[in-house]
Amino acid sequence: MPTTIAVIGNPNVGKTTLFNALTGLSQVTGNYPGVTVERKVGTLRINGTTAHLVDLPGTYSLAARSPDEMIVVDVLLSQQAGEDPIDAVLAVVDATNLDRNLYLVSQLKELGKPLVVALNMCDLADKRQIKIDTDVLSRELGAPVVRICANKRIGIDALNAALAAATHGAPTVHVNGPEFPEALTREVDALEARLNHGDHGLGRHVQRLEVFRLLVDRGGYVEARLSQADKDIAGSLDESRARAGAGASLAAIEARSRYAWIRQIVAAGVRKPTTRVTTVSDKLDAVITHPLLGTFIFALIMTIVFQAIFSWAGPLMDLVDAAFGAIGESVSAMLPEGMLQSLVVDGIIAGVGNVIIFLPQIMVLMFFIAILEDCGYMARAAFLMDKLLSRCGLSGQSFIPMLSSFACAIPGVMATRPIGNRRDRITTILVAPLMSCSARLPVYTLMITAFIPDTKVIGGWLNLQGLVLTGMYSVGIAVAIPVAWTLKRTILKGETPPFLLELPTYKLPQWGTVLRKVLRQGKEFIVRAGTIIFAVIVVVWALSYFPHSDEITAMFEAERAKVAASGMSEEEQSIAISEIDAEESGAHLRNSYFGRMGLAIEPLVRPLGWDWRIGMATIASFPAREVVIATLGTIFYLGSDVDETSDSLKTVLHESTRADGSKLFNIPVALSIMVFFALCCQCGATLAVIRRETQSNAWPVFAFGYMTALAYVAALFTYQFTTWLGWGVVT
Amino acid sequence: MPTLNQLKPGQTGIVSALRGDGAIHQRLQEMGIIEGASLEVIRMAPLGDPMEILVQGYHLSLRKSEAALVELA
Repeated sequence: MPTTIAVIGNPNVGKTTLFNALTGLSQVTGNYPGVTVERKVGTLRINGTTAHLVDLPGTYSLAARSPDEMIVVDVLLSQQAGEDPIDAVLAVVDATNLDRNLYLVSQLKELGKPLVVALNMCDLADKRQIKIDTDVLSRELGAPVVRICANKRIGIDALNAALAAATHGAPTVHVNGPEFPEALTREVDALEARLNHGDHGLGRHVQRLEVFRLLVDRGGYVEARLSQADKDIAGSLDESRARAGAGASLAAIEARSRYAWIRQIVAAGVRKPTTRVTTVSDKLDAVITHPLLGTFIFALIMTIVFQAIFSWAGPLMDLVDAAFGAIGESVSAMLPEGMLQSLVVDGIIAGVGNVIIFLPQIMVLMFFIAILEDCGYMARAAFLMDKLLSRCGLSGQSFIPMLSSFACAIPGVMATRPIGNRRDRITTILVAPLMSCSARLPVYTLMITAFIPDTKVIGGWLNLQGLVLTGMYSVGIAVAIPVAWTLKRTILKGETPPFLLELPTYKLPQWGTVLRKVLRQGKEFIVRAGTIIFAVIVVVWALSYFPHSDEITAMFEAERAKVAASGMSEEEQSIAISEIDAEESGAHLRNSYFGRMGLAIEPLVRPLGWDWRIGMATIASFPAREVVIATLGTIFYLGSDVDETSDSLKTVLHESTRADGSKLFNIPVALSIMVFFALCCQCGATLAVIRRETQSNAWPVFAFGYMTALAYVAALFTYQFTTWLGWGVVT
Repeated sequence: MPTLNQLKPGQTGIVSALRGDGAIHQRLQEMGIIEGASLEVIRMAPLGDPMEILVQGYHLSLRKSEAALVELA
């Protein structure tokens, strides 16, 4: 078994940069089962052998309160399924902020595993005249301390040597960690003895660190897990706690004891300037978090990001679109006409193209998020926005994902990763798809230009079409607020998480780290979301292709033969043939399983003002909202080759009638369709990404269910209300 | 007994006790807001909440509702 080293540290200490510097390109990422924690492992050569480096998520303490936080503890205790036992621990600490960073180190001391401390950001500490004597620090901590500067790759070799020594049996000097009051130590001893000797139903050895957390963390995750396995523990815990703390809070006793130990070490090994130095970071913050300037800068940054997603990604998206179109055409030419061609070209190539087209937007957004995160701005954005979002039960950290979702919910959902609290993260994931993404725009554009009159309202100041578009973007936001509020009070209810957010020192982004992040997330998106959407596409294609009736084909074949036999000019013939082709695909679609489903669901969509054709187009747009335009086109005898500005589709929609001869579309119907698409979750890729990010099948099902229900009710209300207002007759 | 949420930007204080229990109580202490620690309020967010403080030599943002748990000497 190769040597395994866990890398751990507080957030914002440059742990990722160091991890990259140590492991280079050898990283493998994945997810721990059942939780939203990313698993990252890299390899490293030490002493001529290969060692595994496990990158643990940044944390301030080992007091776990959720399954996600427990992953760190379980890996350190070598009891995480699928992870090799840990041989040594590498703690990364920020030299400019030793006091708080050493808190985690003091907890790591109690693991009893070889420990190496990497003192990062030494250059910054020098600049701030913080003088650290690493020899004294090593002696006091009882662990080798190595000065490094991860972003400049300084000290990496020395760190490598220290890791080699630690994992190859170098004698470790035994130094005591923090001293706790005797009563607490006695209770931990007693509890440890009881848990490991009695008949407690756990069936495994419970390590001292876990026993300590069980006793100290009231309502913590260890308590929840152990008391589930052994009911006796739950009953006697409160008595043990009262004895251990003599009435005082154990959390306070732990923190005081640890900080007392830290103060002693820092007093011996660190010399800080006596007066506070105003740093560059402080000066920047005076502007960036200034009530007026800060808000302005925030708006400016968001505008740039938002614009970039649309304008930078636009040409790239066109390129992807064109590439897939060209591939489709050349494959069409190669394959004989029929089922195989239809599956490969209309199903797979077009379908995968529909997903890959979001890749440029995702990469551009992730690029900005990575920069903003890396330089420390993200924490400031959360600081600025927290008050607004706290009103609906979320925190400032939910802002960026929500904003990103206006471009596309997929990067929005992926951008929830930094949200530490699981309930907050899932709530954000569930409301993010309500923001009007770019895929809704084609639907809005078609409906608005076709059915909303181009008139000026409010004294000629505003254009009605623009107003409706603004309205559609507002619907999502207006609905997201009560939805988030409700979720946080019902199914995602829990202790309000504290909004304790460190505002780290600003630093220049590490381009290597940024690019690595962007590329990795792009790859993940293609591979994982791609495989699921691929399956969905094939199913939808099959449902709308089969049963491909030979009778229908033969019937249109006969018509085409008639045209060929007629004396029309070549130009007229090709027009007539393409009309017949479109009619044929419409006839096949109506006869397909999807078409039959459309007729079956018609009673359900009639109250929305829809007929079976609109209902069916909606169902067919399950993989992606914009598919509805192609489906409407196909159904209304135009063939599937229409885009949203096609005049002929608009004309055909205008002229299409119901069975009784009345016009099918009017303003209420158009509004009802738009409202439905504003709120529904007709996006296979979003559902796939929700499944991946929450590691559960239940959340994507829930998201789809609640959004569809909401969309239906809102569309019903829109249609009935606007019809009652009499808007139905003003076409 | 004054609490942290009552301080204005630029004002300092020394922690005398922490109210409450559970997760917030524990997190505040892990982040260095312990008995005897000195704090300085740096600024308030534009909408008046949360606040930014300097504690143990680093900058921390917390809501006023959480700051109300921190009693000052």
